[in-house]
This record gives sequence, structure tokens and C-alpha cells, in this order.
Amino acid sequence: MANFSKSNVPQFSVDVYQNEYLPEGAGEVNAIVTVTATGGGTIGSAVAAPHLYSPGRGPSAAVVLMVDCSGSMDYPPTKMRNARDATAAAIDALRDGVHFAVVGGTHVAKEVYPGAGRLAVADATTRDRAKQALRRLSAGGGTAIGTWLRLADRLLASADVAIRHGILLTDGRNEHESPEDLKAALDACAGRFTCDARGVGTDWEVKEVTGIASALLGTADIVADPAGLAADFTRMMETAMGKEVADVSLRLWSPVGATVKFVKQVAPTVEELTDRRTEAGPRAGDYPLGSWGDESRDYHVCVEVPPAQLGQEMLAARISLVIPQPDGGAQNLGAQGLVRAVWTDDLAASTSINPQVAHYTGQAELAEVIQEGLDLRKAGDADGATAKLGRAVQLASVSGNADTAKLLAKVVDVVDAATGTVRLKAKVEEADEMTLETRSTKTVRVKK
Amino acid sequence: MSQMSQQAALSKCPSCEEPLESGDRFCGACGYDLSAVPARPTDAPTIALNGSVPPQETAGRDRPRPPAPPAGPAWPAGGPDGSPAQGAPVPPPPPPPPAAPAAPSSGVRLDRPAQPSAQPDPQPDPQPVPRQSGGGHPPDRPDEYPLQAPDPRVAAESVRSAGGPVCVACRAGRVDDDGYCENCGHAQPRERDHMEQERGPVAAVSDRGLRHHRNEDAFAVGTTALPDGTPAHVAIVCDGVSSATRPDEASLAASRAANESLLSALPRGTHPQQAMHDAIVAAADAVNALADEPATAREHAPHQNAPACTIVGAVVTDGLLVVGWVGDSRVYWVPVDRSAPAARLTEDDSWAAQMVAAGLMGEAEAYADQRAHAITGWLGADAYELEPHTASFKPDRPGVVVVCTDGLWNYAESAEEMARVIPADAAVRPLHGARVLVGHALDGGGHDNVTVALVPFPAVPPGAGSA
Repeated sequence: MANFSKSNVPQFSVDVYQNEYLPEGAGEVNAIVTVTATGGGTIGSAVAAPHLYSPGRGPSAAVVLMVDCSGSMDYPPTKMRNARDATAAAIDALRDGVHFAVVGGTHVAKEVYPGAGRLAVADATTRDRAKQALRRLSAGGGTAIGTWLRLADRLLASADVAIRHGILLTDGRNEHESPEDLKAALDACAGRFTCDARGVGTDWEVKEVTGIASALLGTADIVADPAGLAADFTRMMETAMGKEVADVSLRLWSPVGATVKFVKQVAPTVEELTDRRTEAGPRAGDYPLGSWGDESRDYHVCVEVPPAQLGQEMLAARISLVIPQPDGGAQNLGAQGLVRAVWTDDLAASTSINPQVAHYTGQAELAEVIQEGLDLRKAGDADGATAKLGRAVQLASVSGNADTAKLLAKVVDVVDAATGTVRLKAKVEEADEMTLETRSTKTVRVKK
Repeated sequence: MSQMSQQAALSKCPSCEEPLESGDRFCGACGYDLSAVPARPTDAPTIALNGSVPPQETAGRDRPRPPAPPAGPAWPAGGPDGSPAQGAPVPPPPPPPPAAPAAPSSGVRLDRPAQPSAQPDPQPDPQPVPRQSGGGHPPDRPDEYPLQAPDPRVAAESVRSAGGPVCVACRAGRVDDDGYCENCGHAQPRERDHMEQERGPVAAVSDRGLRHHRNEDAFAVGTTALPDGTPAHVAIVCDGVSSATRPDEASLAASRAANESLLSALPRGTHPQQAMHDAIVAAADAVNALADEPATAREHAPHQNAPACTIVGAVVTDGLLVVGWVGDSRVYWVPVDRSAPAARLTEDDSWAAQMVAAGLMGEAEAYADQRAHAITGWLGADAYELEPHTASFKPDRPGVVVVCTDGLWNYAESAEEMARVIPADAAVRPLHGARVLVGHALDGGGHDNVTVALVPFPAVPPGAGSA
């Protein structure tokens, strides 16, 4: 069954959706780039089953679990117990042969298992021992997430593996180090491993957790009820086990005189990538996409090119996928997409908006107005918050983003979704508001 | 009606030739009030070649279709004043109806040995001619990059170092495999942007124009010999329907198929008019076949309609001029002696022309309608039914036959205008004449692709010995 002759890298494909027609004098070119990785299985199926490898096999990988052990984890005591259970469930989901470690986090980071700056190799024995070690986890101390990440980085670097991943659980604010310390730690770890972050309960800071996941190209979410942790951890670990290739970069070439206005991931979540560009030769730059299993993501690329005369055609961007190598070179993954610009005096052609571009422009605006609305609400600007969240309800309704619409309905009373008429709810559960904020960047794809 | 909307999308602003949408009341480009479209300049329709028949007369409304031979009054032997017809072609004896199978003439000899001057040449693709910045560069097109061949001096420097063609736009970058400059991103000129071909005395020029990003016109020219050894010249011009998918492929397929059909039928003795009819049918089949193929260049096509194009062709023999068409591409007759009247030999398959022909509207009313320029006939899988129009003429004096797309006749609509624009020596130097005509369209704005083929009449130059 195993296909050993095949490269360990999944097949990537790049599709470009755009309206290439521009009116005279215009230069802004928008395109949605869909990147799809397939290992022979169906897209979107259980990522738990890596398709390039026979069952139980997979690319070499290392995972570090970072569990918050600060004093607040004991209030209520079920939180610590649930965290232990969740970590145990995640360990059970480890594939044999995967390197792993468990880190207990307070104002300092402690190795819980296996210790001595090593990683354990998963098998029945080590999984059992790790779970035993979890019993020693106890709450007490502060929170300094930067130290947890730095330890995880050191541990992950000790193994020569293809996929490096972290899973971080916190229940409180990062109170025992400065935001600069956390930022420095994130900068040091970015590109070295990917990390999913989860906030449990409602005493943590949404922007801290989403910031960690964003910097380390992972997912962020809220687990308001500690009882839901085990299922979430299992899912996260299965996703991590499904990754087949790490450190993929989107290489964007644009012509001389062009400026890249932005590059952002728009599905499954909105993620700004514009500032993460690293130059890669003349007129080309790389944007990190993290590690990939069998999945498909969409990116919105906006390039401003110097306008040409009517009837002319220009290549506005060439999109390819590469894996940058330590020696400065790059392994090209083969797939490429062309973003074109054609100047025309046919108004019907130049004024039409590509449905994909329109859809994701709306989804990005949705994420933005939710964030702005919640910020205004916290600042006490009820009118401003109502306007922003009303627009959010309208956008979610039009684009069919039902999940976000449901979350919004817990924060505002929807009078008319089509016009975006809403009233702020007088009383909002903190968990609902945090859930909305954490998941505001989740998007839906274009209905085909 | 979906067909109507497709046609309407083809109509153009009478002021600036901007393509219009069906619902437009004003031109999107120049703001021209479309409800006040003036009547098109009166242009004697197809049959009233000598100007003796008012356009509204019965005969004038008839399509010059072979099965209905032109009525007597339309073809007087002389002008109304009794003078001999002024250079007007006179109708031949009624040709065989096109529906009838082509009966080989009794004199056809299939074992005829090859005739050196009249063998149907294998038709290679029209040779792309690089746009030269040196000589034929119209003054009003300064530095437009597709016109300019790479400067050999500049090219030499970077090409040698980079090992590939150098970009014609920035002259600095190499051209990548996709045809774009790896420096400035400009698409490189394509083969079809400008094409010229000369075959015997027949010449054709096609140009992308100044406003369209690709050339969707195509042409094919050729010469062959009739069974009696006299030469026959063929010119086919096709205009891809922009609102359809892959119009460039449609026009290319149609022009090639029609040309090949004619070049194989004429030497067999098929009557030229029957051969023209068959050629249009062959062209239609070729375009229909494209509809089944997967869209290779889907991103190039904002709409997904079956590939479609117009067709117009002319066959010139020693004494006969046969034209055939579907759509709004045209044939004009311009006598060498410019004191004789020129004439348009085709009648557009356009909404306005049909309304007038059917007597439902006056010319002024029909051409004022926003649907006026929508074509009602085309080659393509989504055409209602194929109705090839053919007509034969026996011009009584030498002249030149202008076979062209609307990219040209938009800038020289009436036969008189066409006669003024065409150089006096066009019958002797057809390639030069075709270049001048294309230049005229580009000078006028070049809003559409421009294609023109010139065929001198008669096929045997006066004074030259018979083959």
C-alpha cells in the first residue's frame, strides 16, 4: 500500500482567480490564489490519515506540548484536571516514532517529560510514562509564555526532523514577562516551528493567544469549557500528525516598478502575510505558509503595476511554491500560477469583480469590523460598536458565514441581517465575546 | 433571447466605435447619446451596383443569393441614361443553385498534369512579420512596443548573457517560457499581432489594432488554376466574435478550412460560386468542431460561449468574381479607373440590414436602433442556422476586390470612401495597398482588429499572356 517511490512532498497545485481586465490608467491587480496540497487522498478528508505514508508511518516529526501550570489553573480545580486529561489524550494521538516532550509552564518553563533537554520517541512505553509524569503536574506560579516557547524551541531543535510543532495551552494573561519579551521569543521561534495556541476559561487575553498562533503559523481557539479540552487536543494532534511538509513558502514575483500592496491568507482564516516577506532574488519575495498536510488554502494577492496602454498585457505576478533551503537556495514545488493584467476599453470587462475576490474582500472586512466593533464596545462606544457589528452581521449573512453569524448573534440582537440593523445586547457572556473575537478571522469559501 | 444579447454586445458606438452593451443608452466611452444614432451613410446595397436602383426597391432588398437570380431591373445593361454601365460588374448567367451537388464540368480532367503556375500551393501559415520600427511605422504610433523589433544592438548585449529572447518592452529582461518579460512583465508580441502574406497577385494584412489585446481576425489567401488552366485567386477573411470563447481559434480554423476547400474544389471544375458555398459550409464545420474541444485558454475568456466568427471570401477568375459571406465582414469592388463607381458587394448579416431587407423598418429607423450593428449570422455551434450568402459578378473592367473585416470598414464605410482610401496602384501592388488600408484604420483609432485582403481583377492581368 505504501508508495515508497513517491517523494515525501505532497503534490501542490496553484489556481488563480481574477479579473485580469483593467481600465485605462488603472494598475491595481487583485487575485485569489488557491493553493492545494494533495497526497493522493481527497481534499478536506480526515487529515488524521496521512496519505503519503502507510498507516502508522509518516514524516519525521517532533511535537512539544506546553501546558499552563500557573496558580490560576486550580480555580476551579477541574481546569488542571482537564488539562492533564487533554494532554494525555494528545499523547495518545501521537504516531509511533514521533519525537515529543511535555513542558509545564509557569513564570518559568519546566520539562515534565522526558527531561534532560531531550525528546522522547513515541511508543507504547514512552506514551505510558509521559502520562504517568502528567500526574506530577500541579498548579502554582505565574505565567511567562515566552519562556515556554524558548524551551520548546530548544527541545525541538535537538531532533533532526521534518515537521516541528508545538501545542500551547494557557488560561491566563502573560503577566510575568513584558509584551516585548513575548514578542522577542516569538520572533526567535518564528519559522523554526509551528504552534497551535488554545485559551481555556475566560481569563486569558485573546490578542495574546491569537498573536502566538499567528506568529507561529498555527491555529488559535478558545476552549471556554475545560471539559472540551481533551477532544480539542486530540483534534489538534491529529492535524499535526497529518502534516507532510514543513516550511512551505509562497514565492511571489512581480515586475519591475510594481509594488505588492498585500498578501494575506483568506481561508480557512484571515492571516496577514504582507510584512513577513523575505526577499528571494530579483523582484521576488517569499511569504511563509507553514506546514501542509492534505489541505487547501486561499490567499489574496494585491499588486500595483505601472499602467500600460490599452490593449497591452502584462504579467502582474507569478506565484510559485518553494521550500527555502538552509543554503539559501529553494526547492521548487512545481506548481505555479500567473496573475495577469490586460488593459481594455471594454467597460463591461474591466468593471466586473471576480466573485472570489469579492467574496474574500468581504470576509476580510468581516474579520476587521468584528475586531473593531468589539474594541469599540470595550471602550464604551456603543454607537460605534453597533455600526461595526451591524456591518459584520450583514457581511456574515451575505457571504453565508453561518458560524460567525451565530457567534455574532450572541453579542448583538439582530433586527435585520440584510441591512445590518442590530442592537447591542445589554448582557453578554464573556465566553461568547471571547469566542467571537478569537474566531472572527474564520472564513468560509466561495459557494461553488 | 440569449442569441440577441450576444449579438447586441457586438454593436458599437457610432461616434467612437466603442463596443456597447445591449442596455446602453449612452456610449460608456464617449458619452454619445445612442438614442440619436444617425442613419448610416446611404450605401447602395449589394445588388444596385451601378447606382441605378434606389436602395428601397424590391431587388435591392433581396439577398444576392444564387437561388434567386437578381431581378431584371437591378441589372440593366446600361445606366438609366442609356450609357454603358459605369464599370459595374454585370451579373453572370444564373449559376447552379448552391444546394445542388456540384456536377463536375464535362471538360474536367482529373488526370491533368501539374501546371507550373497554377498548382494549388500548400498553404503555409501566414508568416508573422515583425513590426518594424524602421520603415512602416506610422507617425502616430510612437514607441508602442509591439511595433518595434528588438534593437539588435541592445538585444545582442543582454541576449548573449541571458541566453534567451530579450523583452521588446523594456529591452532589459529575458522572456520566460510563458511569453512574459521576467523584468517588466510585459507580454511579448504574438505571432498574430501583425501578419502579412502575399500569394501571387493576392495580398493580405492583419493587425491587432490599437485597443484590443489580441488579434481575433484571421485570413487565408491562395491561388490555383481552373481546369482550363486559367488562374483563380482566393481570399478569405474571418473576424472572431469577441463575446464568444476562443474567437481567435474560430477565425483561424474557419479561414483555413474555407481556403483549403476552395483550393481543392476549383481545380476540379466546381463552379466558383458552388465552391464558395461549400467552402463556407466547411468553415462552419471547422468552427463547430471547436465547440466540443475543452477550453484550453479558459482564463482568456470572460464568457463561455461557443467559438464563433464571421467569414467573407472572394474568388477571382479570368472573367468572374464570386463573393460569399456570413456576418458583417465585407467585400468592396473598386475599379482601377476611379471615375467609375465603386460598390459594396456584400450585405451584412446585421439586425438593421435585416430589418430594412424585410421591409419592417426604414433605413434611418433601423440604423438608429441600438441593435443595429448586432450580427444576425455567424459561424459557430450556437448559430441559428447556417445561411451562406454567395453572389457572382462579371465586372466589365479591371479593378481590385477589397475583402475586409469591420475593423477596416468602420473607417471607410461607403464604397466611395473605400475607393478614396485605397491607393491608385492597389491592383498592381496589392500588399502595399493592404498595408495602406490597415494604416488608415489604425490612423482612425484602430478600435478593432483590422484585416484586409486585396485581389486584383481579373485574375489574368490585362495584357499578360494567358497561362
